[in-house]
Amino acid sequence: MTRLAGLRDLLRLAWRRDRVIVPSSVAGLVLLSVGSAQATLALFPDDDSAVAGLADIVANPALVAMYGPISAADADALAVFKTVMMGAVLTAVLALVVLRRHTRTEEEEGRLELVGAGVVGRWAPLAAGVLVATSAVLLASGLSALGLLGLGMDPAGSLAFGVAWATAGLAQVGVTALAVQLASTTRGAGGLAFGALGAAYLLRAAADSVDGGVVHALGWLSPLGWAGRVEPYGRDRTWVLALGLGALVLGVAAALVVLDRRDLGGGVLPTRTGRARAGRALSGPLGLVSRLATGTLLGWVVGLAAGGVVLGSLLGAVGDLSSSPQMQRFLEALGGSAGTLEEVYLATESRFVAVAIAAGGIALVLRLGAAERLGLGEAVLATPTSRTRWYAAHVALAVGATTLFTLVVGGAVALVGPRASEDAPGAGAVLGAFLATLPAVWLLVAAAALLVGARPRFAPLAWAVLLVGFVVGELGPTMDLPGWLVDLSPFAHLGQLPGGEFAALAAAVMTVLAAGLVGGGGVAYARRDLA
Amino acid sequence: MTDAITIRGLRKTFGRTVALDGLDLTVREGEVHGFLGPNGAGKSTTIRALLGLLRVDAGTARVLGRDPWREATALHRDLAYVPGDVVLWPTLSGGETIDLLGRLRGGVDEERRRRLVARFELDETKKGKAYSKGNRQKVALVAALASRVPLLVLDEPTAGLDPLMEQVFQDELAALRAEGRTTLLSSHILSEVERACDRVSIVRAGVVVESGSLEHLRRLTRTRVQATVEDTPTRAEAAGWPGVADVALQDGRLSCTVDAEHLGGLVAELARRRVAGLTCQPPSLEELFLARYEGGSPVPAQARA
Ligand SMILES: Nc1ncnc2c1ncn2[C@@H]1O[C@H](COP(=O)(O)OP(=O)(O)O)[C@@H](O)[C@H]1O
Ligand SMILES: [Mg+2]
Repeated sequence: MTRLAGLRDLLRLAWRRDRVIVPSSVAGLVLLSVGSAQATLALFPDDDSAVAGLADIVANPALVAMYGPISAADADALAVFKTVMMGAVLTAVLALVVLRRHTRTEEEEGRLELVGAGVVGRWAPLAAGVLVATSAVLLASGLSALGLLGLGMDPAGSLAFGVAWATAGLAQVGVTALAVQLASTTRGAGGLAFGALGAAYLLRAAADSVDGGVVHALGWLSPLGWAGRVEPYGRDRTWVLALGLGALVLGVAAALVVLDRRDLGGGVLPTRTGRARAGRALSGPLGLVSRLATGTLLGWVVGLAAGGVVLGSLLGAVGDLSSSPQMQRFLEALGGSAGTLEEVYLATESRFVAVAIAAGGIALVLRLGAAERLGLGEAVLATPTSRTRWYAAHVALAVGATTLFTLVVGGAVALVGPRASEDAPGAGAVLGAFLATLPAVWLLVAAAALLVGARPRFAPLAWAVLLVGFVVGELGPTMDLPGWLVDLSPFAHLGQLPGGEFAALAAAVMTVLAAGLVGGGGVAYARRDLA
Repeated sequence: MTDAITIRGLRKTFGRTVALDGLDLTVREGEVHGFLGPNGAGKSTTIRALLGLLRVDAGTARVLGRDPWREATALHRDLAYVPGDVVLWPTLSGGETIDLLGRLRGGVDEERRRRLVARFELDETKKGKAYSKGNRQKVALVAALASRVPLLVLDEPTAGLDPLMEQVFQDELAALRAEGRTTLLSSHILSEVERACDRVSIVRAGVVVESGSLEHLRRLTRTRVQATVEDTPTRAEAAGWPGVADVALQDGRLSCTVDAEHLGGLVAELARRRVAGLTCQPPSLEELFLARYEGGSPVPAQARA
């Protein structure tokens, strides 16, 4: 197996580089599953206390679209209702990030060449990345299953819960293995792999929001659909793990085929030649960062427009529900809106979308740090472009892009939604609800700007801020977390739109705070050494 | 003549690494100044401090009459920089990169740009990630050399260029000097500096250990003399002559080294002793640099006394 020569050394190197990020991510995921299950069980200690009101909650298509179907009408199933899908997505993201960072990123930044010239087989780097990512997935899902078992939950169901996460994670390892071979840049590979994950989510959401039929069956094409259909604490379909394993094996096999046919540093997707002279737009720092982000922005806009159409058309299904007072109360806690079911649905969806858009904005702002690390910032900053302008260009791009994204998705929902349901709020109210999330998004983008401006080494913490804000804001109210903790999440201050009040003061405070963080980052950036 | 760059007592540490340890450097206006030193000597750190990219711990620097840290933006209007490790935007073509950098700097000399692209045989339509190291270097060089600025700061610009392209670079550098522009050229290759530079500073371990014109540096080295004389001195006699060292006597042939100052005296002495054959080996800069790189002195101890 000379193609795997050096695998052991590479694994040791990978472990050395990942010894913080992987264990802490795994711990976070285990905390998510076990912590939220424990909190829910405390609220609903026995099946009878829970079941009566919950049976129809879980029949709510809006929730089903987001989280997948609930697997049974008992306390155990309720305890993991949200975390099965949420965790499956996060496990898949972990697999994607870990695998990509050990393969395409290493190759693009030239370190793989250094390693590859040593006694290292052609397959070894990919194999090492796959092994590390797979271990991370199995650790997160295995420890979660053990933790749930430790809470005294049903053993078969706990095992099935682990299977659901592992299925999504392993499939994503396969998809990402192929993506990092096809694209020749880290960003390109990320676009493919995140795009596949997003498509899998949308497909699953559409499939799960109908009962039976062709559309429902299409859910079996989505790895996240598989995860949902394990139905832990219900049908406990543990055999679904075979689908995840199959996707892993298939993806890695396809990746190896590509790997054997391409050059080091290259991909399969063709690299075209460019124009000999720059166009007029490519002049200032803002022109440059916009040009570099064009492909990414296009991908987001198309994806969000499609997502908005799906979310909007689901509005029609929401109105079919009877609304018991219990359900109303639960949904209020969940969605933060006191209005009709349609309004609650929109309030919830707009926050979910805001989290995704914030992630996009953070990634754009963190490009400042990536440029610095690669030495590209130096080329610009040795020209009359001041540090402040270079920093401001990245912030402006991220703020502009998040605003555009929100307009696109909000616009799509506003166009489709009111037509799908008679009781839906008007187009203006729908768009307003989406736009009202922007201050929270900007605040998260600003936190990332502060980090990358002041201490680029800690810039990845911006992701942790987003994740904590999301989990706390999303699970806090139903998990009975202390109020001050929930208040730390920007998503907890979004007001109740559509239908309720616009939290104007909170929005103003968050916007001013965001401006302050951006300013602080800019000042720090102008005063420090450039790596 | 005024000075384009003046650095006094520059100090910069990275954690426990002392990169610059009281570095002094003067670059005069209109000259090509060689900045020579082994890897890790502190050349790039000095240059990055000169550009205001690093904040120094102590010392002063003036570049074109400005403080590089506080007036970086204004200063950058008047200089072009080629980093030691050229990275390009993977999705921009070479031509786009040259135009972009030119625009950020406030314009390029179109005529010169065309000539440089042709002379360097650069394919402008390739994307950044498709260029080899040498071609990346060419993109950065074209962008810098085609600008209309008075000062060029080039950090090991020929690394990765083949000998033909290195010649093109030398020609272009000479053309810039003829126009009265100033260049700071860092390098660890002596021959490159020897061909292009008016004056040279040698840096080692964060300190400039020698600075001056090539002529001046040459005079710091010792000339090797071999002579056949009828009136052969003893070894001890010869070693006693002023400035003479490393004496060896074999079959009536005297071989020794002498410092520049005492070469005339030695030749006169040999003439008195009826010299029959004489070879003088001019001082090799290579020797000087190797000695300086290693931290030794090119002048043997006994001769200094
Ligand atoms: N950003 C940095 N962090 C830590 N050490 C550095 C950094 N930059 C340079 N150094 C150290 O400073 C010294 C001088 O480096 P450098 O100026 O790059 O040398 P040269 O360009 O002459 O080869 C080296 O010992 C190098 O390791
Ligand atoms: Mg250097």
